[in-house]
Amino acid sequence: MKRLPLIIFAILVVFLVIGLKLKPKEIPSPFIGKPAPAFELSILSQTERFEPKSMLGRVWLLNVWASWCTSCREEHPLLIEFSKQKLVPIIGLNYKDKDPEAIKWLNDLGNPYDFSVVDAKGKVGIDYGVYGVPETFVIDKSGKIVHKHIGPLTPEALNKDILPLLKKLNS
Amino acid sequence: MIPEIGHLALIIALVASLIQCVLPMWGAHTNQIQLMQVARPTAYTQLFFVIIAFVALMTSFINKDFSVINVVQNSNADLPTIYRICATWGSHEGSILLWGLMLALWSSAVARFSKHLTLPILARTLGVLGFISFGTILFTLITSNPFLRMIPAASNGTDLNPLLQDPGMIIHPPMLYMGYVGTSVVFSLAIAALLSGKLDTAWARWSRPWITVAWCFLTIGIALGSGWAYYELGWGGWWFWDPVENASFMPWLLGTALIHSLAVTEKRGGFKMWTALLAILTFSMSLLGTFLVRSGVITSVHAFATDPERGIFILIFLAILIGGSLTLFSIRAPKAVAGEEFDLVSKDSMLLTNNILLLVAAAAVLLGTLYPLILEALGLGKLSVGKPYFDAVFVPLMTPALFLMGVGPITRWRSAKPIDLVTQLRWALGATVVSAVFTPFVLRSWTPGIGFGLFLAIWITTASLVNLFNRIKSHPANAISALRAQSASYYGMLIAHIGVAVFIFGVTMVNGFEEEKDLRMSAGTSNSLAGYDFVLNNIQQVQGENYVAAQATITVTKDNQFVTVMKPEKRKYFSSQMLMTEAAIHTSFTGDLYISMAEAISNTEWGVKIQFKPFINWIWGGAFLIALGGFFAVMDKKYRFKKNKSL
Repeated sequence: MKRLPLIIFAILVVFLVIGLKLKPKEIPSPFIGKPAPAFELSILSQTERFEPKSMLGRVWLLNVWASWCTSCREEHPLLIEFSKQKLVPIIGLNYKDKDPEAIKWLNDLGNPYDFSVVDAKGKVGIDYGVYGVPETFVIDKSGKIVHKHIGPLTPEALNKDILPLLKKLNS
Repeated sequence: MIPEIGHLALIIALVASLIQCVLPMWGAHTNQIQLMQVARPTAYTQLFFVIIAFVALMTSFINKDFSVINVVQNSNADLPTIYRICATWGSHEGSILLWGLMLALWSSAVARFSKHLTLPILARTLGVLGFISFGTILFTLITSNPFLRMIPAASNGTDLNPLLQDPGMIIHPPMLYMGYVGTSVVFSLAIAALLSGKLDTAWARWSRPWITVAWCFLTIGIALGSGWAYYELGWGGWWFWDPVENASFMPWLLGTALIHSLAVTEKRGGFKMWTALLAILTFSMSLLGTFLVRSGVITSVHAFATDPERGIFILIFLAILIGGSLTLFSIRAPKAVAGEEFDLVSKDSMLLTNNILLLVAAAAVLLGTLYPLILEALGLGKLSVGKPYFDAVFVPLMTPALFLMGVGPITRWRSAKPIDLVTQLRWALGATVVSAVFTPFVLRSWTPGIGFGLFLAIWITTASLVNLFNRIKSHPANAISALRAQSASYYGMLIAHIGVAVFIFGVTMVNGFEEEKDLRMSAGTSNSLAGYDFVLNNIQQVQGENYVAAQATITVTKDNQFVTVMKPEKRKYFSSQMLMTEAAIHTSFTGDLYISMAEAISNTEWGVKIQFKPFINWIWGGAFLIALGGFFAVMDKKYRFKKNKSL
């Protein structure tokens, strides 16, 4: 009896140790390995429209952002640095935003995107299972989603996960 | 220069805490008086340097020193001074430093108010507290140093989270931490008593005021947090079963159990092992809560930037401290518990039942909080556990405990006759049933939930009054001197129990009778809810110190009589561009009107949510009565010790 609390605690610790390793923020996306959902949206401050299938044969990044999103500000400098390397096209999905504010944001902070598409109502976001902004998807030459990063990109995530993946996919 | 002074002071405090731990413990073990006497002065020294560190951080915030990373991340040149002060504990680093400060304060309080403790007990108690301090400060220095510089300095900061820019944030965290950390004192006392083999009534008497005070602060801290959520998050909820709320609620439940179990140990010498275990568990829950919040193992609205390194550190600390104390418990706890015997119907058995129910309730909350993690660890997928689970588990567990609150206080120790209890309480029970059945009818709707909640609230109140009345009746002199003859702790108990009744009443009324409407409103639109009429006069832009807001002006009338003008806002903070809903609340004794702005539908039209929350203030009023009862209990004369009652 007297050992019972200790035993329960030991079991608890085991679970907590496992819990620490799990990285709870990484909710596995059911989209990984599946074709990127199709959509057709207009391009921000342009008249043309964009469809993901036009990117077939190329590896590209889809970065979900919004001018109202604080964490997007956080990842923005990194994204700009990254875009200067011109490794892959980066396409923005401007999520639940207003065009003038989005344009002002890009003018103020710089534009890392080849272009952004406008998802004002967030419908495409739902198709992609976006639940936090920013999110970044890596899409391969066959149009499949191969990786998803939730939350602001960090130098660590970029160097450890995304860059090696891009090299592999591009080779 | 100031951040470096703070950093250095923290390192000195670390050394002091190590000395406070090692020398007195060793001294108590080897019976060397000089070593044991080191405990007090080192505790004061530690406090002194932690205060310097804390003030240094606060000064950096006040001075807008944007060369300190922590200041850059949590402050901004536009931030009003009062919030720059609060930003000191608005971040992870700062709040851990606050934790350390509270711990040092409690340690020094023990050192100061412990004249009647024997030296070995004091040395061990402060030794354990020193160990906890050492762990906390080391954690701060290694993983969460708030004094780190950034070169070159930033020109401006990114700002304090607008959610935290609120008067409630000034006192909520210090109150909560005061309570959280205060549970470390009874923990240390229990460890000291176990080490010394002196788990006796003196130990219980000495522990009681400490846990009661900590528990009062915890009660107030939780109530303030709940109040903050209610008026700041902008949708009118007051409890979310969020992991962080649970983290503060579990030690509260166990602390409540501990206070009641200490009563038995003190008065009757029983439940010793049980009491010691509760003392250990209460603090363990505080630490576990800290781990859950700080490690990012469980995501929550309170989660600051998380870092696995921090999680590993706290987990190791947790394993050593809790694992160590539970091991000690399993070795040292008295074998057969030779407390005095008691019958099935007795105050002892009712307090035991109360204890078990509270412990099980805490375990249920813990399970609900950790369940998603456990499932994931076992590879069974992801899910979240929410309100439905907690309501389903918590209400049935608490119901018998609440019912016993009416019976327990009038029951005799050791053995009581059920027939006596029935005789004494029959009027209370009758009145309760009648009013619980009829009141909701008067209020237009009767549901089992409402009837049941009212039953419990009225039952606790009437039974408490019967208890007081009996005491007056059995006193030989007149009523006034009878009232005077009762002890402060008796009144404390009555006040706290009635506080619980008030709380239940508030919860029942809010859940049973709240009303809400989601409206589209533009200038001139009117609508009505709960007998009130609302007219939107206009929506205009207003400018705050560090935000701009759309502000609606709504005139409220009832039966054509003017009631109030309410001005809900949708704020946009400059620095972060974050949108915040600032609800307008009109409070009265019998309920709140709560108006919040949703989103602009067009240039002239806004989504507006109007809510009526009957008696919601009683929820917090009840909580403050509970805390007030605790403070009354501590005032009791019996805790003003005489020298001969030493441990």
